Amino acid sequence: MTHLNLEDQFQAKIDAETKIEPKDWMPEAYRKTLIRQISQHAHSEIVGMLPEGNWITRAPSLRRKLILLAKVQDEAGHGLYLYSAAETLGANRDELVQQLLTGKAKYSSIFNYPTTSWADIGAIGWLVDGAAIMNQVMLTRASYGPYARAMVRICKEESFHQRQGYEIMMTMAKGSPAQKQMAQDALNRWWWPSLMMFGPKDDDSAHSEQSMKWKIKRKSNDELRQQFVDVTVPQAEYLGLTIPDPDLQWNEDRGHYDFGEINWEEFWNVVKGNGPCNRQRIQARVKAYEDGAWVREAAVAYAEKKDQRKLVSPKAQAEAA
Amino acid sequence: MIFKYLLQLGDNALILGHRLGEWCGHAPELEIDMALTNIALDLTGQARNLFQRAAEIEGKGRTEDDIAYLRDAWDFRNVLLVEQPNEDFAFTIVRQFFFDTFNYYAHQELTKSKDEWLAGFAAKSLKEITYHLRFSSEWMLRLGDGTELSHQKLQTALDELWMYHGELVQPNEVDLELAKSGVGVDLEKIKPLFNEKIEEVLSKATLNIPTDTWMQSGGKDGKHSEHLGYILADMQFLQRAYPGVEW
Repeated sequence: MTHLNLEDQFQAKIDAETKIEPKDWMPEAYRKTLIRQISQHAHSEIVGMLPEGNWITRAPSLRRKLILLAKVQDEAGHGLYLYSAAETLGANRDELVQQLLTGKAKYSSIFNYPTTSWADIGAIGWLVDGAAIMNQVMLTRASYGPYARAMVRICKEESFHQRQGYEIMMTMAKGSPAQKQMAQDALNRWWWPSLMMFGPKDDDSAHSEQSMKWKIKRKSNDELRQQFVDVTVPQAEYLGLTIPDPDLQWNEDRGHYDFGEINWEEFWNVVKGNGPCNRQRIQARVKAYEDGAWVREAAVAYAEKKDQRKLVSPKAQAEAA
Repeated sequence: MIFKYLLQLGDNALILGHRLGEWCGHAPELEIDMALTNIALDLTGQARNLFQRAAEIEGKGRTEDDIAYLRDAWDFRNVLLVEQPNEDFAFTIVRQFFFDTFNYYAHQELTKSKDEWLAGFAAKSLKEITYHLRFSSEWMLRLGDGTELSHQKLQTALDELWMYHGELVQPNEVDLELAKSGVGVDLEKIKPLFNEKIEEVLSKATLNIPTDTWMQSGGKDGKHSEHLGYILADMQFLQRAYPGVEW
């Protein structure tokens, strides 16, 4: 009886748009859903550093190199805030990282595609960050306070990233024929995976309905996907690039673009681990973790020695006597 | 001559920044990843300023990117130390510590340069470099006086890289001439400070100071190790494959 009351009170708070804070009572399922979602988001930031980091040493100008370094660094920072937000729910960063390394936890499938040309850095900024922003702007209003607040900060940086990506695409689309070809090729490869970022169709989405009720999510996968297409098509037209979808056309009645069917077989395959880079991404994270173990252990050992020395220093001994 | 001097400074920053950039996404923990990237950002930013100034002084209409991306190895004037591979975190930290120690004292001196631009540049960069030196010195202590394994790895890195640290404070013709005119750093003056700081940190880190006295050199005059060619092949790929376009 009391338990039901707590749940009712909780839902009433959510319905009244009061933020849920770490010390507030919350249903276990709400806590679990948030930990899963926030940690997946954190893992996505960390794995997302790899495809972009792939071009740091080959960035074509000093200015581009600085922007790319700063962008990948921002992603590490986003990963950190998000792990902290998950920790406010009682999760432990090390355990969450273990789930990523063992393949138990998911991350955004988009990062399982390779970055094969410099234009991919533009396409990721424009399309991948663009799609992420659609989702994240919605999450700035999520019912869980620490998550919503982390998202406000992340969104500011993400919109800067997206502008930078679009600027790379613009420079290339207006550049030499080879650059334009590179830009078009990048759009061809990243368009469909970007649409897949919004997740399965609403009818097939396992977690959506409850998340909407809890106001963790406020728009459905399909609504966000439509919003992304509507915003992005004119941007591609402005670049003079062609979106690789023969079914794409403006629908006057709906006031939206109609677009072709996503290849769901590819989507589920990449989710299951069969994307072009799933193995390489996890291997890179595992290698960084294992190769870094002795460094983290050294830092702990040194800190302990330092504390002990403080304890046995003459001053401390005199004080003790 | 000042053109060449600016390249010596700029190439050190560019090449070390490049090496640190290779760590991005692969460091032992997220906080270290961010710190290494931060140093890469500072160094690449410094290289950019120095190349802009060098191009301006040269007056041939070259840009910062022409200088970074369109020279071959023999025109690069960085010391051999900074082109050495990352290997593991211990190598990276020893390399960084040697370089930061030099860079710190060099920039402290450069703030007094008779060249106003250089003095201003040094004052601005010194804040960043002070942080770099703190980061690398602290890691020297943590690794040296951490676990047995970290101590051993750091000692190996120190032994391997020791022969590259002398070049930092060994003057070539450019250094001598610019020190004479009061524009550049008098390396003889900072050498004792540089050596003292290194000894201090190595002994605090419980490391054995190598006794070899032979030092490799040549980088400042364009004689490099085999590593630089690969760095440039990566760095310059797009500019070389698609010449004359905007990025």
